[in-house]
Amino acid sequence: MANEIKLHTPLTSEMLEKLQVGDKVLLSGTIYTARDAAHKRLVELLEAGKELPFNPVGAVIYYVGPAPARPGKAIGSAGPTTSYRMDSFAPALMNAGLKAMIGKGPRGQSVVDSMVKNKAVYLAAVGGAAVVSAQAVQTAKIIAYEDLGAEAIRELRVVDFPVFVANDIKGNDIFKIGVEKYRR
Amino acid sequence: MKEINVSRLIPVVRKLCIDANYYASPDVVEKIKFFMDKEESPTARDILALMLENHKMAAEEQMPMCQDTGVAVVFVELGQDVHLVGGDFNTAINEGVRQGYQDGYLRKSMVDDPVIERKNTRDNTPALIYTEIVPGDSLKITVAPKGGGAENMSEVRMMKAADGIEGVKDFVVDRIKRSGGNPCPPVVVGVGIGGSFEQCALLAKKALLRPLTEKHPDPKWAAVEDEILERINKLGIGPQGLGGRTTALAVQILYKPCHIASMPVAVNVNCHAHRHESAVIE
Repeated sequence: MANEIKLHTPLTSEMLEKLQVGDKVLLSGTIYTARDAAHKRLVELLEAGKELPFNPVGAVIYYVGPAPARPGKAIGSAGPTTSYRMDSFAPALMNAGLKAMIGKGPRGQSVVDSMVKNKAVYLAAVGGAAVVSAQAVQTAKIIAYEDLGAEAIRELRVVDFPVFVANDIKGNDIFKIGVEKYRR
Repeated sequence: MKEINVSRLIPVVRKLCIDANYYASPDVVEKIKFFMDKEESPTARDILALMLENHKMAAEEQMPMCQDTGVAVVFVELGQDVHLVGGDFNTAINEGVRQGYQDGYLRKSMVDDPVIERKNTRDNTPALIYTEIVPGDSLKITVAPKGGGAENMSEVRMMKAADGIEGVKDFVVDRIKRSGGNPCPPVVVGVGIGGSFEQCALLAKKALLRPLTEKHPDPKWAAVEDEILERINKLGIGPQGLGGRTTALAVQILYKPCHIASMPVAVNVNCHAHRHESAVIE
């Protein structure tokens, strides 16, 4: 693997410029969880010109619906969910300042184009390695949409959360480059 | 005739739900190691190693391997000499699922109205229960928690007899190609052929239950499985779709007779967690 880079939130365009697809990133700071149902509500707020439950500028959204935490643990198993289901909502959030998304699986062209335009990146976490991912989470608290259960928006404090750069700000896509390299 | 009180099903189903989510099956571990040794991509090897580490941590920490602890798919083989007493059979299974998902800190992923309301049922019920009457006086229960990411990449196609075995192979390979990194590869591919529109889909799901280390009993179908697996692993998708030679761990086929005009084929994709646990009640 290429480089291993440490990043801390909030993210800026300058911080993301050096990232290349395939780089391993150890991410620390504050990230927000959101998946299908929460995205629908967030984009409805943006369309109505209302404030989001968190500041989107420089923010990171992790596509995850964690399992319940055992007593004494910050969070239950917390691996990524499949990202394409959030594709129709992602550009609006990037236009509002979102700098990174964490999930699994490839993104549609409109999302890739929006990443280039907004200088944002897409980071892949390892799907199914949910206990490993949970170990990086120090604290978790629900900040919005508690009625959605596992799909509520949580604010996570993470330390050295391991992810791979899947789409960089230049429009490169590891799901295309990696697959072409190993196709026979 | 043997009487079995349905209340005995509750703790059994509860434990199967928890164990299937906490403990990786030995055949899955063996297959991941087998492919890791042959894997050409360093990133892919890293990811496969992380999956094995995750298995160990899940067992140690008593946490589910994946946060998507799935819909509880329950297969029951009910001996025809069993008389179930003491209440409703399906209610007992659902109570076992409810207790397992609650007590095991498993995620509740079921919504009731699937389109308009999409309200979480909060206890992961209802389970999907498939009951088959078989000879004997015992009851076998298999719980196979199924995650959404891989299930969403599944497909049924009403093919023509003229498409032949090459048509079937092409369909399965193409389905996995179009799935890319979405179903959490390396996947296990269940293929159901024949029967009808609905039966081939169920066959595809049942095909996933065969141990990964066992070959198809019919050598000509075993050869088809081997060929499809080889073609899938040449696609380059790799673990998590980031590139590599390990896209599937196994291809498993089940078939049934069908109408002279039909050749239904279903592909049910399972993620690398490939969860299922069974128990017998006598």
